[in-house]
Amino acid sequence: MQPKPKLLTYLDVFTVILFLLSVAMVFFYAPMEAVMGNVQRVFYFHVAVGWVGMLSFLAAAIAGILYLRSKERKWDLFAVAAVEIGIVFTFLNIVTGSIWARPIWNTWWTWDPRLTTATIMELIYFAYLMLRQGIEDPERRARFGAVYVILGFISVPLTFFSARLFRTIHPVVIGTNQPGAEGQFDMTPKMVQTFLFSLFTFTFVFIDLMWHRLRLGRLADQVEQLKLKLSL
Amino acid sequence: MNFLRATFAVIAKDLAGELRSRELLSAMFVFALLVILIFNFALELDVKTRNTVTAGVLWVTFTFAGSLGLNRSLAIEKDRGCMDGLLLAPVDRSAIYFGKMFGNLVFMLLVEAIVLPIYSLLYNTDLFQIGFLGVVFLGSLGYVAVGTLLATMTVQTRTRDVLLPILLFPLTIPVLIASVKASMGFLQGLEIEAIRPWLNLLIVYDTVFIAVAFMVFDFVVEE
Repeated sequence: MQPKPKLLTYLDVFTVILFLLSVAMVFFYAPMEAVMGNVQRVFYFHVAVGWVGMLSFLAAAIAGILYLRSKERKWDLFAVAAVEIGIVFTFLNIVTGSIWARPIWNTWWTWDPRLTTATIMELIYFAYLMLRQGIEDPERRARFGAVYVILGFISVPLTFFSARLFRTIHPVVIGTNQPGAEGQFDMTPKMVQTFLFSLFTFTFVFIDLMWHRLRLGRLADQVEQLKLKLSL
Repeated sequence: MNFLRATFAVIAKDLAGELRSRELLSAMFVFALLVILIFNFALELDVKTRNTVTAGVLWVTFTFAGSLGLNRSLAIEKDRGCMDGLLLAPVDRSAIYFGKMFGNLVFMLLVEAIVLPIYSLLYNTDLFQIGFLGVVFLGSLGYVAVGTLLATMTVQTRTRDVLLPILLFPLTIPVLIASVKASMGFLQGLEIEAIRPWLNLLIVYDTVFIAVAFMVFDFVVEE
């Protein structure tokens, strides 16, 4: 077993510090929003986790392409790590959004294009994990996974586009497709700083988690091989 | 030339096989009728609701029947070892993809060609408009383009039949939304300006996904 790399430990510490700072900024540095009050503070993390979700799925799609080109196992590990992280963060994104939407839109859920797309995206990547579960041969699992993760990533923008079109023509819901139409606000400089800082923080959270998950994947591989050796 | 011949050979093989057994078409057809029947009770398809839900009911029926057909069409290849035979043929592998895809498209269109008049008869709705039929074609094309690729994958997995809809439905949401909206537009007699964005979306989806499937199909059948 390889020892935990020193750099990873430093990264852990650094990320935790950033995270604490970011929480402090959200609660104490950023001013209270005049209309929405404290609930607006969820925005800083809401966008940041959404950003991590998109980043993960993008990373997974790129890893999928690289896998098909090179057939190197590390890219498969990379894709699965990214998808798992993406699922968790997209879920957090939906949950934080709901918490904000309850007082502001007066409902936990609405079929707004962004919400719809996030949900379908989540389902696509759940399907990805189920596809992997159904295949025993690791090489084939990696190959099919790579194909699906590429297809999934291509369909996400089309889904967003179709859901938006759906609303613009739909007669009942008017105006929600302009970004932040209901519950819009202008950010003060302090808000912008807090927002950018939390994006920065969550990018580090993403890198840190990816590294841990990749390491876990490699270790799991080794365990698998050792088990095979024992059974022979 | 060779490519086209190989593609047509695969389509001809599928059609000939189907002509003799009639397993797939009859299953898809009966299934489609049952779905419509269930909708009849679930939605109370009276004259007023019919106008708004016809497009939705038809597309749900087509996609369900379609996934049944896709599963079956690729499962036959796998179970009887035909896939290996096809792969041994000295032709470009994407010819096999296009052959299977157009074969599936033909089956889906045939089922639709039977279901549409029946629906039209049962519910006294006029479905025979060129625009609407065009949407049916474009939507089915996009659906089988992705479906054939995914079914080729799922028949090689442990949970095959269960897995196909789970993989296929979230990916084909754009096709479904666009097809339903465009069909509804044509059936309600909206002007073309309101429908065009949906048609564009369908064409974009079809083009993008046929191209991508063409590029990745080799990886799906590789042994």
